[in-house]
Amino acid sequence: MVTFSKIEQLKSVATEIRVNTLKSLAEAGSGHTGGSLGLADIFTALYFYVLNHDPKNPKWEDRDRLVLSIGHVAPVFYATLAEAGYFDKSELMTLRKLGSRLQGHPGREHGLPGIELSAGSLGQGLSVAVGMALAAKADKKQHRIFCVNGDGELQEGSVWEAIMSAGHYQLDNLISIVDRNRVQIDGPTSEVMGLEPLKEKFESFGWEVMECEGNNMEHILRTFALATKTLAKPTVILAETTMGKGVAEIEGDYRWHGKPPKKDQLESFINQVKNAAS
Amino acid sequence: MKKWTNKGDKPTRHGFGEGVLEAAKINSSVVGLGVDITGSVSMNFFADAFPERFYSMGVAEQNAVGVASGLALSGKTPVFSTYGVFSALRDADQVRISICYNNVHVVVGGAHAGISVGPDGATHQALEDIAVMRTLPHMKVISPCDAYQAKEATIYAINELDGPVYVRFGREKVPNFMDENYPFEFGKAQVLTEGSDITFFSTGHMTWEALQASEILKNENIGARVVNIHTIKPIDKAAIIKAASETRAVLTVEEHQINGGFGSAVAEVLAENQPTWLKRIGMPDTFGESGQPRELMEKYGLVGANIAQKAREILSRLK
Repeated sequence: MVTFSKIEQLKSVATEIRVNTLKSLAEAGSGHTGGSLGLADIFTALYFYVLNHDPKNPKWEDRDRLVLSIGHVAPVFYATLAEAGYFDKSELMTLRKLGSRLQGHPGREHGLPGIELSAGSLGQGLSVAVGMALAAKADKKQHRIFCVNGDGELQEGSVWEAIMSAGHYQLDNLISIVDRNRVQIDGPTSEVMGLEPLKEKFESFGWEVMECEGNNMEHILRTFALATKTLAKPTVILAETTMGKGVAEIEGDYRWHGKPPKKDQLESFINQVKNAAS
Repeated sequence: MKKWTNKGDKPTRHGFGEGVLEAAKINSSVVGLGVDITGSVSMNFFADAFPERFYSMGVAEQNAVGVASGLALSGKTPVFSTYGVFSALRDADQVRISICYNNVHVVVGGAHAGISVGPDGATHQALEDIAVMRTLPHMKVISPCDAYQAKEATIYAINELDGPVYVRFGREKVPNFMDENYPFEFGKAQVLTEGSDITFFSTGHMTWEALQASEILKNENIGARVVNIHTIKPIDKAAIIKAASETRAVLTVEEHQINGGFGSAVAEVLAENQPTWLKRIGMPDTFGESGQPRELMEKYGLVGANIAQKAREILSRLK
C-alpha cells in the first residue's frame, strides 16, 4: 500500500520535473511541450517508484528497461533522468543545442546516461521492447521492459506488428504505456485517424488492457502495481492524460504539440504548474 | 596467374545459411529471426539446429528489425534475413534508426539479390539495396562472390565484426570457385587475374562473369585484371586506386542499378583520387522482369561475353 506521504512526495517531484521541462524548452527555443507536460506524472511514477534501476550504474544488467518510443517527449524524459540523478540538472539547459548530449530526440551515441534506445521515428520502440523482452525471457532474467508509446503513434502499422508479436510470445515482462491524450499534430486523434475501440483492439491481440487516469498519481501507482502482476501476456496501460497538464494555455490544445514556451511566458507557466500542485 | 575453375554450382544463399550455422555453433549469443521465408533465405539450417534460439516473426519485417535491435541491445547477436527488397528497402527506416543509429551488432541478410532471381520478376529482384545500405552511417556492406566466400564472410560478419552489417547474396546456383588460398579478408579487395589493359571491378557472382570476360579477352591479347570487391563498405580505396593507375580503363560490374550502387562507389573513389576512364555495367535505371536467370543476365548485358564487348568498346575509344 502506497502511503499518503509517498504520493505527496511523488507529486512534488512531478512538479519539479514539469518546471525543469518548461525551463529547458524555453531555453532551447524549440521542442515538444504538450506531451512532455502530460507525461510528467507517468515518468515520475516510473523513475521514482516503479522501475528497478540505479542512476549510478545505468548499465546494470538486471535493471528494468524504459524504452521511449515517442522520442519527441525527450524534454520530460531528460528532466526525469536528471531529477533521478543520472546527470546534473544544469545540463538540461543545453537541450537541442550544438554539442549537447540532450539531442532533440534521444540519441545514445551522444553519451547521455540512461537512454536505452535512440528513437524518434515513430512506430519502432515497441518492436525493440519486444526484442528486449524476448532476450530477458531467453536468459531467464526477472527484469521488466516498459515502453512509452503515443496514441497518435498507434496509427503506424508497424506498432501493430509489434503488438501482434508480443501477444504471440506472451511477453508478461513487457508493459506498454500509451499516452492517451487524444490529440496529435494535426488535431484530435478522432479526426486525424480514429483509434477506437482501442481497448478491444489490444485485447484481441492478446494483451491485458488497463485504463488509468494518467495525471492522477495514486491511480498511476495502483495501475502499475496491477500491471506487474499480469501473467502469460503483455500489458498495456491506456493512460488518459491531458496534453500540457498544468498550464491552462496549453492543456488539450493540439497546437502545443511541438511548440516551446516563449521566454516571456515561462514565469507564468511555472507559476501555474506550481499552483496546480499545491 | 591462377586459372579459376568452377568446382560446382551452388547458391550463395546456401553459403550464407551454412555460415550462420557455423557461427552459431561457436557463439551461443547468436539468435535468428525469420519472416516466413526462413527456408528460402537458408535460415532453416540454423533454425533446425537451434530452434530455441530462433524467433519466427511472421510476415512483419518492420517489427523484426526492431526486435533484432532489442535483442542486440540485450547482448544477443541477431541475424535477420529476408529478401533484400524487404530488408534494405521496406525496412530502410527501421534499419536506419533502430539498428544503425543505435549502432547495434545486427547482421542483416539481403537475399535474392539481382536480376538473376529470375521468374519471380521485378518485385522480388533486389536492385537498389546496395545504394541504400551503403549510405547509412555505421553500416557495413558485404557482397560475396560465391557460396564459399558467402559462408566465410557470414561467419566473419557475425563473430568478428561489430555494429550493423548487411550481407548480400543471391537465389540461383552460381559457380563456386573460391578456395582457402583466397581467404575472406574484410575490407580487402582480391586481385584474381592480372592484366594491364583494363580492370574489371566486380562484386557478387558477377565476379565469375568478369573472369569469363577476361578469358575471352586473353585470346585477343587484351589483359583484363579482375578485382573482386566483396566488401563494398568500407571499400578498399587503395586497391581500387592501384588497379586503376596500372590499367588504361575501368569497368564495374554488378547485379544492381548502376545508379548509387557498387559502380558508383568505385567511381566516387576514382573521381576523387585517380580520374580514370570508367563505365558501369548493371541495371540501367530500369526494373527487372520475369524470365530464366541466364536469359535475363544476357538481356541486361551481365554475362562474360557482354562484359568483354564493353571492354573492347571502351578500349577502342582510347586508341
